[in-house]
Amino acid sequence: MAKILAVDDSVSMRGMVAFTLRGAGHEVAEAENGQLALDVARGSSFDLVLADVNMPVMDGIAMVRELRAMDAYKGVPILMLTTESHTEKKMEGKAAGATGWLVKPFDPEQLLATVKRVLG
Amino acid sequence: MSAVDLTQFHKTFFEESREGLDAMEAALLALDSGSTDHELVHTIFRAAHSIKGGAATFGFADVAAFTHVAESLLEEVRSERRAVDSGLIEVLLRSVDCMRAMLERSSQGRPVADAESEALRVELVQLVSGEIAAPAVAAASLVAPVSGWNIAFTALPHLLQTGNDPLRLFRELQQLGRLEVVRAFVTDSAPAQLAELDPSQCHLGWELRLHGAVARGDVDAVFDWLDGDCELTITPMVDAAAADAVPQTSDVPVPPAASASRPIRETATASSEGSSIRVGIDKVDALINMMGELVITQSMLSDIGEKFELSQLGRLRDGLVQLERATRELQESVMRIRMLPIASVFNRFPRLVHDLERKLDKRVRLELHGEHTELDKTVLEKIGDPLVHLVRNAIDHGLESPAQRKAAGKPETGTLKLNAYHEGGNIVVQISDDGAGLNHAAIVAKAQQRGLVAAGQELSDAEVAELIFQPGFSTAAQATDLSGRGVGMDVVRRNVRDLGGSVGVRSASGKGSTFTITLPLTLAIIDGLVTAVGSERYIVPLTSIVESLRLRADAVRKIAGGGEVFHFRDEYLPIMRLHRAFACSDAVTDIERGIVVVIEEDGRRVGLLVDDLLGQQQAVVKSLEAHYRRVQGISGATILSDGSVALIVDVGGVVRLGQHRKAA
Repeated sequence: MAKILAVDDSVSMRGMVAFTLRGAGHEVAEAENGQLALDVARGSSFDLVLADVNMPVMDGIAMVRELRAMDAYKGVPILMLTTESHTEKKMEGKAAGATGWLVKPFDPEQLLATVKRVLG
Repeated sequence: MSAVDLTQFHKTFFEESREGLDAMEAALLALDSGSTDHELVHTIFRAAHSIKGGAATFGFADVAAFTHVAESLLEEVRSERRAVDSGLIEVLLRSVDCMRAMLERSSQGRPVADAESEALRVELVQLVSGEIAAPAVAAASLVAPVSGWNIAFTALPHLLQTGNDPLRLFRELQQLGRLEVVRAFVTDSAPAQLAELDPSQCHLGWELRLHGAVARGDVDAVFDWLDGDCELTITPMVDAAAADAVPQTSDVPVPPAASASRPIRETATASSEGSSIRVGIDKVDALINMMGELVITQSMLSDIGEKFELSQLGRLRDGLVQLERATRELQESVMRIRMLPIASVFNRFPRLVHDLERKLDKRVRLELHGEHTELDKTVLEKIGDPLVHLVRNAIDHGLESPAQRKAAGKPETGTLKLNAYHEGGNIVVQISDDGAGLNHAAIVAKAQQRGLVAAGQELSDAEVAELIFQPGFSTAAQATDLSGRGVGMDVVRRNVRDLGGSVGVRSASGKGSTFTITLPLTLAIIDGLVTAVGSERYIVPLTSIVESLRLRADAVRKIAGGGEVFHFRDEYLPIMRLHRAFACSDAVTDIERGIVVVIEEDGRRVGLLVDDLLGQQQAVVKSLEAHYRRVQGISGATILSDGSVALIVDVGGVVRLGQHRKAA
């Protein structure tokens, strides 16, 4: 089972993601914005990072850029949780170094399928 | 896989959506008052975006659809394709109201969209210049009549740095059909010398064949995330025989689509949303810390208790002192959990002021101070209405029209100030305006007309101000729909009193008025003085005690009607014999042998005669009404350390009772 960092400023979305992943046996850490996620990421190691794009303090794109600048996170999969209306955000995320994305709205089954897809 | 029940997140979603809408509203109002801070636009957009995402995820399709359109409009503002003007802010404020109402209906399990929301949605759609992308509805994967695909896939050097892995892609392709690697090769980007090879760079390419009736969309989905990270060409395999051989309705594994018809779990308890509180982690940590100390103390005490000898008396005492400290701190920590910043109430006012300005054609600058001051949740929930009333009054009656202000040599824009702060064991909330102040002549005339004061009676400023709190009093020449006759200042005062607080006003003619509300920190616990009356125990709230004294019999005067008064600091105070008021037998009736406790409420004082003072104690207030019935002069009950029940004196009620007797 994997160690996953879930980053979202929405308590309900983050709760849903964390609950679903924990239910599938993963170990989940949570952070409510990019800045806090970096702090958590520095103090630990993760197999996968799931991050919302629009967040206060530090958004998901800036967070990916910072994570990719850290040696420990050069090759770690990072998925953006994004909405369909923002293809340019997807591309911005990719340019920052995101592995891929999961389009909102998603349900727990889709989330687990995507996580499985990344982790193998 | 067992399905995950998402309903458990609904309450959180509604809560954070409400907060998001409040933030949107505040930011819109800030934009309206001329701020050009681009962060405000981001805040508004982010809130709408989160609500849309959450609504779609948790199955509130109508909310998601509405918010989607609003978000599209906001996206135009964010990307500076649309300028912010007052018309746009109006429509967005109405959208906030609409979303709030829709969420409210969602949380109650009622139908969400109505004619109003639909009309507003259409209005928004017409405003959005560009086409609105349809909300996410994944296209059903079409099964293509092909026997397979030729895939030429060449990684760009940085592919591995995006966290993608060619091996993962191959695994996924294998799940779609039989994968054949025709050729793997090293690309030209590879360095000539092996020593120069950077393991984080990828210099490989593959020619692949994927056999089977796989939909093109499914193949694309595998490479979906690699746009810009590879060179990719996908062509159908030209194999007519195979195409004929494979039935088109083969059971190709189709990944679960984002179905728009995802079942929404119905919950019978949708409307019975319990009240909850969001607590800062620091408060919880403090609690856990205190709990830890309590556990240590408890184990120490039980250790002493198991083999107790008199020589350990010192240790026992130390332990008890520790226990007392830990208990008190734990109690304070628990109480802090109920404390929430008054900002949640204050934040309503920018919108209210904005609306009132338009309605009454006045210009108001709102200043909020002390928004972080924390109040008990119950107090907070109940103080909103009185505050709204005072703010309405201040704008409607207090502040003059711009023309009147100009004539009086004041700035055309009036100032309304809300301030909250701690003072002693209380929270003080002040509402002050720089308007005309109370109109004494009009108040007195009205009071005379109402028979509240006799004609020609001389009244001090304080007495005149007090008149506006009398039931049924209203000075407005015309009752407006804002501060009409339905709710008067008397109701404000009653509401505040119900919270154990008080309200008063200071006013200067031509300069403005200040209403001051004083509230207790919490309703659940009071610091009280335990007094004895006969065999009964009464608790007097410490905050309202002025002084306790022993009187000599000759200091007491009898007045007409059988009342007693005594001289105290330049005034005569009525004496309230508690044993008489509460019909206690075997109490001290000789004033010289008892003790008089002087209590004060709203500047009015009364002396309570009790037998004796037993000490100070924190009392956890239990409602008497809930267990018995309302008793005049008693605000609740508590349990003393010896297990007996003591009644808590309702100071306001007792003072009113005493004043009434004095007047009689």
